[in-house]
Amino acid sequence: MTGAGAVVASSLDLVFQTRDGPVHALSDVDLEVAPGEFVSFIGPSGCGKTTLLRVIADLEQPTGGTITVNGMTPGQARLNRAYGYVFQAAGLYPWRTIEKNVRLPLEVMGYPAQERIERVRRALDLVDLGDFGRMFPWQLSGGMQQRASIARALAFDADLLLMDEPFGALDEIVRDHLNEQLLALHARTGKTVCFVTHSIPEAVYLSTRIVVMSPRPGRIIDVIESPLPAERPLGIRESATFLELATRVREGLRSGHAGRDE
Amino acid sequence: MYRASGLMRNILPVAVICLAIVAVWYVAAVGLNARWERDQAARAGVEIGWADIVPATMSQKRPVLPAPHQVAVEIWETTANKRITSRRSLVYHGWITLSATLLGFVMGVALGILLAVGIVHNRAMDLSVMPWIISSQTVPILAVAPMIIVVLYNVGISGLVAKASISAYLSFFPVAVGMVKGLRAPDGMQLDLMRTYSASAWQVFWKLRWPSSLPYLFASLKVAVAIALVGAIIGELPTGSQGGFGARMLNGSYYGQVLIIWSALFGAAICAALMVGAIGVAQRAVLRRTGQAR
Ligand SMILES: Nc1ncnc2c1ncn2[C@@H]1O[C@H](COP(=O)(O)OP(=O)(O)O)[C@@H](O)[C@H]1O
Ligand SMILES: [Mg+2]
Repeated sequence: MTGAGAVVASSLDLVFQTRDGPVHALSDVDLEVAPGEFVSFIGPSGCGKTTLLRVIADLEQPTGGTITVNGMTPGQARLNRAYGYVFQAAGLYPWRTIEKNVRLPLEVMGYPAQERIERVRRALDLVDLGDFGRMFPWQLSGGMQQRASIARALAFDADLLLMDEPFGALDEIVRDHLNEQLLALHARTGKTVCFVTHSIPEAVYLSTRIVVMSPRPGRIIDVIESPLPAERPLGIRESATFLELATRVREGLRSGHAGRDE
Repeated sequence: MYRASGLMRNILPVAVICLAIVAVWYVAAVGLNARWERDQAARAGVEIGWADIVPATMSQKRPVLPAPHQVAVEIWETTANKRITSRRSLVYHGWITLSATLLGFVMGVALGILLAVGIVHNRAMDLSVMPWIISSQTVPILAVAPMIIVVLYNVGISGLVAKASISAYLSFFPVAVGMVKGLRAPDGMQLDLMRTYSASAWQVFWKLRWPSSLPYLFASLKVAVAIALVGAIIGELPTGSQGGFGARMLNGSYYGQVLIIWSALFGAAICAALMVGAIGVAQRAVLRRTGQAR
């Protein structure tokens, strides 16, 4: 394995042993994510998207194959604080204010006090929450909480951002807005993003590359390079290229289901 | 405006219940004390009716059940009208019990938290210690307390610390059980988040487990402080001890002074209410600071 890719996986396998027998969550996954890419993982639920992200984050151990993150094992990468992880739910600590939630990783990682203040302010500004630092999570809407959790993952210097359906629970208007912000953020920071979603428009709009997955066993069935320009106004979603791309993703998803009773 | 009406809403039901209890108490006092009046009258060979009995039952020297105002007067006499250093002052005895209670409470809470931390972080302790903690509370403490006091006396521990150890024995239990639950309250995602930061066990404890457990801790503390008081009183029964609510109750029952027993009982109840109230205040302050009181 070379250290060139942000994430390099080959023949990755993961079988969960459950009471009802083994569950093949990932099967023969080959993947290479280059630095600075925005890669979306799309597929029906249960196809192993979360599991793949958790393997990258060293929250789950593969049962076969190899994987490196920034040229290291996921375990070393985690110890090096190589990535920020955004969970499906915001998961803010309810006893901390928004500000203190964003400060949490900085405290754990031992950033100096002065720098913490600086970074918290910057991260909150990045997601338009500059004025809400003193509030507690329950005082904010779901969308704002999710933005706060993104700020929390951006507060420290990790050049890899792992996001697991961060906008899945939000309404479409908020989602559009956050998609735009996320795209701008990606352009500005140049971070590598691995983004899990089950929304086709979201995947197409955001990604430089789309990985289509299929369940039982969870595997990659198509990888699509996006021909869309880096500059993407929301209107681009009506363009012919966009719709073509969306169709291809939809067909990929459907072929993954071919011969299945769903 | 809102506060005032809120206060009224809270006070009114409490006041109604209190009045109801006092009324029932008066009726019970008349009922229970009537026989003595009748016996006295029979011995003197006179007939008496309820009109004579009712007022007489209100002011007996040695009633079966003293009337509420008798207890109130006794409590007033033994608190406000005695020097607090006097052995006849309820405040004097109260302090003796209270100091043992507080010492035992602190010891019990510390022990309970330590056990919970061990249980949550160590699988062997989880499996081995928990059954012992539970069986410790099935021991009838009233029967064992004298033994504990005697054993402690023989190793040179007596008085305050011995009584406090009974309090601690009782009060560590709710704290241990509550804190095990509280320290395990963080969900998978909250723990995973810490893992993505490569946080140390120490950091996970202080930044996640401990704050998650605070609501459980306060609930346990309220139970613990109340039974710590019970423990201290039980600890005062077998020693023939020099003072305290327990000794006072025992004295009262030796000499048939029901009023003394009742006033000690009320003193203890008031102390318990004050301590539970104080914990409630601390709880509200902490939870407000952490945004959990809405
Ligand atoms: N910890 C686990 N133990 C057992 N089975 C699991 C576990 N996590 C996920 N699975 C199973 O693995 C499969 C893939 O799950 P997941 O990665 O969560 O899918 P997705 O995120 O694409 O919806 C599912 O069948 C799921 O039930
Ligand atoms: Mg998932």
